[in-house]
Amino acid sequence: MHPNEHALHNPEFLWRNPDPKPSYDVVIVGGGLHGLSTAYHLARNHGIKRVAVVERGWLGNGNAVRNTTIIRSNYLRDESAALYEHCLKLWEVWTEELDYEILFSQRGVLTLNHNLHEVREGHRGMYSNQLNGVDSEWLDAQAVKEFCPIVNTSADLRYPVAGGTLQRRGGIARHDAVVFALARAADRLGVDLIQGCEVTGFDIQRGRVTGLVTTKGRIGAGKVGLVGAGRTPLLARMAGIEVPLQSAPLQALVSDIVEPMLPCVVSNALHVYVSQAHKGELVMGAGRDPYTSYAQRGSFHILEDQMAAALQVFPIFGRVHLLRTWAGIVDVTPDASPIVGITPVEELYLNCGWGTGGFKATPGSGWVFAHTIAHGAPHALNAAFSLDRFETGALIDEHGASVAVH
Amino acid sequence: MKRRPSGGLLDRDRALRFSWDGRTLSGFAGDTLASALLGNNVSTVGRSVAQGRPRGVMSAGLEEAHAFAQIGEGGATEPLVRSTGVELYEGLVARSLSIRGVLSPETDSGRFEKRYAHADVMVVGGGPTGIAAALAAGLQGARVVIADEGPELGGALLRDRYLIDGRPAAEWVRAAGLMLAGLPEVRVLPRTTAFAALDQNGIVLAERVSQHLPIADRSGLADRRLWRVRAKQVILATGALERPLVFPDNDRPGIMLASAARAYLHRFALTPERIVVFATNDDAYRTVFDLHDAGVVIAAVLDARDEATGGLPRKARQAGFEIETGAVVTGTIGDQDGVLQAVRVARLAGGGERLVPCDLLAVSGGWDPNLNLHQQRRGATRWDDRLATFLPGAAVPMQTIVGAANGRYGLNDCLVGGREAGLAAAAALGFAGTVVPAPSAGDEAEGEHASVWHITAPDGDESRSFIDLHRDVTVAGVTRALGAGVRHVEHVKRYTLIGTGVEQGRSAKVNAGRAVAGGIGLDFAQVGVSSGRPPAEPVPFALLAARSRGALFEPVRTTPIHPAHVALGAVFEDAGQWKRARYYPRPGEGMSEAVVRECLAVRNGVALMDASTLGKIDVQGPDSAKFLDRLYTNRIGTLKPGRARYGLMCRLDGVVFDDGVVMRLEPNRFFVTTTTGNAGPVMEWMEQHLQTEWPDLRVWLTSVTEQWATVPLVGPRAREVLAPLVVGMDLSKEAFPFMAVKDGVVAGLPARVARVSFSGELAFEVSVAWDQGLALWDALLDAGSAYAITPYGTEALDVLRTEKGYIIVGQDTDATTTPADAGLEWMIAQDKDFLGKRSLERPAMQRTDRKGLVGILPDDPGVVVPEGCHLVADPNEATPMTILGHITSSFVSPSIRRSFGLAMVTGGRARVGQRLYAPMMNGAPAVTIVDPVFYDPKGARRDG
Repeated sequence: MHPNEHALHNPEFLWRNPDPKPSYDVVIVGGGLHGLSTAYHLARNHGIKRVAVVERGWLGNGNAVRNTTIIRSNYLRDESAALYEHCLKLWEVWTEELDYEILFSQRGVLTLNHNLHEVREGHRGMYSNQLNGVDSEWLDAQAVKEFCPIVNTSADLRYPVAGGTLQRRGGIARHDAVVFALARAADRLGVDLIQGCEVTGFDIQRGRVTGLVTTKGRIGAGKVGLVGAGRTPLLARMAGIEVPLQSAPLQALVSDIVEPMLPCVVSNALHVYVSQAHKGELVMGAGRDPYTSYAQRGSFHILEDQMAAALQVFPIFGRVHLLRTWAGIVDVTPDASPIVGITPVEELYLNCGWGTGGFKATPGSGWVFAHTIAHGAPHALNAAFSLDRFETGALIDEHGASVAVH
Repeated sequence: MKRRPSGGLLDRDRALRFSWDGRTLSGFAGDTLASALLGNNVSTVGRSVAQGRPRGVMSAGLEEAHAFAQIGEGGATEPLVRSTGVELYEGLVARSLSIRGVLSPETDSGRFEKRYAHADVMVVGGGPTGIAAALAAGLQGARVVIADEGPELGGALLRDRYLIDGRPAAEWVRAAGLMLAGLPEVRVLPRTTAFAALDQNGIVLAERVSQHLPIADRSGLADRRLWRVRAKQVILATGALERPLVFPDNDRPGIMLASAARAYLHRFALTPERIVVFATNDDAYRTVFDLHDAGVVIAAVLDARDEATGGLPRKARQAGFEIETGAVVTGTIGDQDGVLQAVRVARLAGGGERLVPCDLLAVSGGWDPNLNLHQQRRGATRWDDRLATFLPGAAVPMQTIVGAANGRYGLNDCLVGGREAGLAAAAALGFAGTVVPAPSAGDEAEGEHASVWHITAPDGDESRSFIDLHRDVTVAGVTRALGAGVRHVEHVKRYTLIGTGVEQGRSAKVNAGRAVAGGIGLDFAQVGVSSGRPPAEPVPFALLAARSRGALFEPVRTTPIHPAHVALGAVFEDAGQWKRARYYPRPGEGMSEAVVRECLAVRNGVALMDASTLGKIDVQGPDSAKFLDRLYTNRIGTLKPGRARYGLMCRLDGVVFDDGVVMRLEPNRFFVTTTTGNAGPVMEWMEQHLQTEWPDLRVWLTSVTEQWATVPLVGPRAREVLAPLVVGMDLSKEAFPFMAVKDGVVAGLPARVARVSFSGELAFEVSVAWDQGLALWDALLDAGSAYAITPYGTEALDVLRTEKGYIIVGQDTDATTTPADAGLEWMIAQDKDFLGKRSLERPAMQRTDRKGLVGILPDDPGVVVPEGCHLVADPNEATPMTILGHITSSFVSPSIRRSFGLAMVTGGRARVGQRLYAPMMNGAPAVTIVDPVFYDPKGARRDG
């Protein structure tokens, strides 16, 4: 495939640019991937005809275009594994369902382990995945080398590769194409995609939401779904709801385009994850910046550390160029799991807190959220991801097992 | 193009051979790879990414969209290097690229370095503006760093025939360079590109240290050096970039920016035979004059403006050049290789075309201030109608944008503006030194720039009118995007891939924005352009990693006893950055044999280990007890001096955070240990609360992890081994009971001895000064030799503590485990508050079906069920199975002579007696849930 080829897959028509109608059955606030996915599923799965998405900027102008496009479902907790596995199964049919070449590629996600503690946790995740019906297997250092020959498995490394877990069904997709594909599919089902429309307030009558105040006027709404990622706390506060989110920069970068050499997605606890996009550029991410911020830029030392970590595992990357860096704002909950469900305001629903894992959840997030909005109650898959778990303490911890070593 | 017999900034005495696609060519010192290729009549330097069209050098600098090459051989080969920035050297090996770069698996001998610098004034750009600024600030006494990407200062002055103070500009540059070199606080960094602008005036530079030298001359030198400069004031003198024009077949080899044609003449002595100049602004007239004076035939001068009234066009008319205003290029014609042969010319207003043969078409669509670094700081831009480009809005704090970067293109403006910016920056910092008069240059009155950017294809086919020359995106491509419904430039970018190439669409952005604005009938100023993001120029990964490679990636931390472990043949494990002895195999032993031997020595004789990696914090002050009572779940304040207590900490969410031993040395002084991995986090946790939550507490913390080396002497014979080594310390059970602490002398060393035990055996934990650790170790080994004293490692420790049901935080617990889950409910003081207590009162924390710590005994005593295996009640259930828990620690116990382990299962000890299964791909061994204490449940041995 030549580097522009996937741009040629873009269809002749994507979406209308309608003005808002006076009212809708459901208004989704936030035109990112999860908002678009929700609107699409509301129309597709639940037959709701009058649906709008209002977006303050342009569709996908958030983490949709700032992530590293990794897709996997090998989460540790049972609730997470069920939800993300549902997402992955939807990814597996989406190219056909959305009738769009989103370049979904199940090339495998390899998570390297470098010491005894990581090996133990790696195995724990693998066994948990297997029992949860999520594919996962262990590769020792030699098998790692065979699966991904450019990984440096030398025992002389500062932290030698001890092995890794592999989810073969994991992979990547082209994020921009997913935005286009979902928006087009939603538009085709009659969803109004209204860009440049910022929500400035809510109409709430006797504890029930009835409409939105926006920069394009008042929009009546039978139900409202908030899908604002890092801006959710600001939105929710307008409706009198406190959401326990902290927003922090998460940086990513791409290299210039090089010949194919990285056949899978690789990540490790040295704080680097990398894949090679179809076009040929390396797409790489690191840990999030350790402070709260809405500025879409991160700290330079994170990049320096990330490069050092990348070159430990992939010395061949030394001369490839850093081409572009950016930072998304990840919305992280206290247990690093999302919030998808009802709120104290009637007919106002919440979907946020996907943190560093939002892209891969796009299909299932919208699927369960649409169900929740349509039925006024969560689906079994997202029942545990309620807002009130921070009061009850029924947390779903996905910070990754503690990194303490004895 | 042809090389002229003389002229240029070349060293004609140094002919250099280089290789291009396997052919050996030659150039001169002073050439770039791009100029050397042009000098060898290499018109086509690559193929375009989508359409495979031939492409040639189109610039002499940053604007380049085509000429990217693979440079170098072996492990040091570097892909996609901009040929206009590559200095030619003897033996340079370069290849054209078929779209993608190539990386080499061979070892790269290049070394990348990093330096840090502080500057009063950081000047980015070494053209006339930057030189004037650096000189003005430097003469004031300010510490100045000036960086320029070129091999020498001068910038645009190197490519043009300017006069400064009536003399050739080169003389002023030379004189200014000498003055700068004479100022001790000024650092001039040539070959250095500022590629990132960070908050608080951090500027990151990439210096090419030896990249321009023949390979043989590079030994001992870094390849490149990363500079991280923190500047009080930043002056951006980054100049402006010339913009191409969009018309059918505007991408042929032989089409070049107008300023580039002058650069190839003045710097590299290269000229075409017949040139057509096609421009929207006055500056391109310099190309007309200069190339004419060099003997080039001026075949046509096309000015898209209706009128050309500026100083330079007027001069051109006076000099007799025929200037066609309102005239444009409507297409180009190439030879069989696609190289330019002629252009089609017509009136913008319409009418017939004529063919004008030429071998160079010099185009200028105007100039765009180079504002990438400004935009990286989220600096604003504003549209300027007169210059038909985006100029900087307000500069970010402590920065100045000056000269062409600020839309002031006249040389005099640059010199005056640069000097004023330099003086102002120095004055703002309180410097008041020498002020020299401003140099002057006579600027021509500048006419308005035409807002023409695109010449419509006469036949309506816009599929060869390139907006993004690198990415092969055409007007037709943008039109298609708009037709699909996209409106925002960022969507257009993602639909068409405009601006995503190796040059980040530098020369395409404005034209792309204009295409969008035109296509949807919006004001261009509102449409805008996509913003600049770091890096301004691509830099290799290795530059950012710098010296953090190989063994220097992260420091290796070792204890003072490390040499002894090495001498004993220990096998080490990584515990964070520490190296810890895992076990000490004797000849013929594998790990399991060694571990059994080490465990039995602990249980039956005497053994010692190196516990120096444990975190240690000295807590002092009158409120220390109150402070620790708030941190630990259990009561610390009641501890008496000379006594120790096992302590447990929770996070705010009630989850177990860390455990360790708290010793009270004096009424107001405690000595706290942490797990090895949490030495840093616990210290930070304490400091955070002390500084932000309880600043009223009078407590002072000191991390003393690397002040104390610690060796537990363990086993029933420990007392006997230690006794001869201590002076005046009664080791008897009565005088020195379990959980007592004494300071004294051990083996002649000042020591602290504590009766704490993680193995369940009688143990004396001896701590001495870090640098005496090895002496202590040797003395204990020596004293124990009669008792067959045995060093044991972390693996044996893990078995021993598991036999006792002692948890390791982070192994047997995770980020969901409460103290009660871990079987440590007895450690929660009911009569005081502590961090995490409120969370523990939440309903979900009180449920009886939470996971709790239990022991497991596999049905088959010879089978060690792997750690991490999950437990279910029905091994035949279909997936997803009902998971009840998982195995956290699993070993063979030499004491009970069978496999055993710990697990976390729902319901915890309520399941004791139940049989569960651990399904894996190859079977589902059964285990019985038991109490987690397998050895000496009453603790008699420990207390002995």
